[in-house]
Amino acid sequence: MTASSSAPVVFTRAGVLRGMKECIPLLIGVTPFGLVCGITAQGAGLSFLETFLMSASVYAGSAQLVVLANWAHPAPVVAATLATFAVNLRMALMGPVLSPWLDRLRGWRLWGSLFVMADQNWAQALGDMTAGGRDAGVLLGSGLIMWVWWIVTGGIGHAMGTVLSLPPGHPLFFAALAVFVSMLANMWRGWGDVLPWVIAGGVAVVTARLLPGTAWYIVAGALAGSMTGGLRDHFRR
Amino acid sequence: MRLDPWTLAAIIGMALATYACRGGGYWLFRQIKPTPLLRAVMAHIPGTLFVSFVVPALVAGGTQPVVGAAATLVTMVATRSLSLAILAGTAAAWGVWGLG
Repeated sequence: MTASSSAPVVFTRAGVLRGMKECIPLLIGVTPFGLVCGITAQGAGLSFLETFLMSASVYAGSAQLVVLANWAHPAPVVAATLATFAVNLRMALMGPVLSPWLDRLRGWRLWGSLFVMADQNWAQALGDMTAGGRDAGVLLGSGLIMWVWWIVTGGIGHAMGTVLSLPPGHPLFFAALAVFVSMLANMWRGWGDVLPWVIAGGVAVVTARLLPGTAWYIVAGALAGSMTGGLRDHFRR
Repeated sequence: MRLDPWTLAAIIGMALATYACRGGGYWLFRQIKPTPLLRAVMAHIPGTLFVSFVVPALVAGGTQPVVGAAATLVTMVATRSLSLAILAGTAAAWGVWGLG
């Protein structure tokens, strides 16, 4: 797209289709994540229908994995909701970045585009917008394909888990942890991250000891670490 | 097809919490501008959150996850490929499991 940045923002069928086509390479990266999520859901004791409903309505891999790692019976409703909120808080900052597009949309085009906004297609849409793209349909198109693929890979993962019937502690469940370890390598922004990360890890370990069998350690560690880092960055300037 | 009411309640709670972030965040920040301090704190959330998830699991899990995490990290830094890193880490954890 070479339209000038003063051109009006549009939302066309062609844009939606282009978003769908351009996000296909991203599906390769989503596939192992979706499979791991499905296998983990099966390992936690969720039925195929429950796994489908979670993938379709939540559609946030990191949150699903964090919650499933601390799953219990009956399901921990409040802890699962709060942990999901904490993990997905970053998304609250993703929408505003695309406001040059989103501010021009109304109704289902706006709220539907936000529903299917995930890390990968958000980054892709941002690249398109920064390059002068004016068709906001790209975000919805790429998001729809990713959403469908997320549900499909989650279902395949669940079926794989059923066939393999893995015992608890099987190394295949380590894949969920590996997802986060590899994402951390991408999130590393430099030595300024050392202090907040050490505080987060320390507080999380202590909280996990104090409140075993719950997911509070994730919220406590993230809050302590991000407040430490945020306050330091704010007052050092 | 089993659908446990508590599980359904947790899924609904998770879905609402997620949309509160996806849609609600955009709506909120269209009404008010976040302060620089809030922005600085929120910028640290993704990294510290995943550290908080990973570190207690490594402390509690022993050799298997630690070796797996090291293999994941090395592969990720070397190849920058999420899929390869997950595969290598899981394979390493599996290897330790096989030995023990």
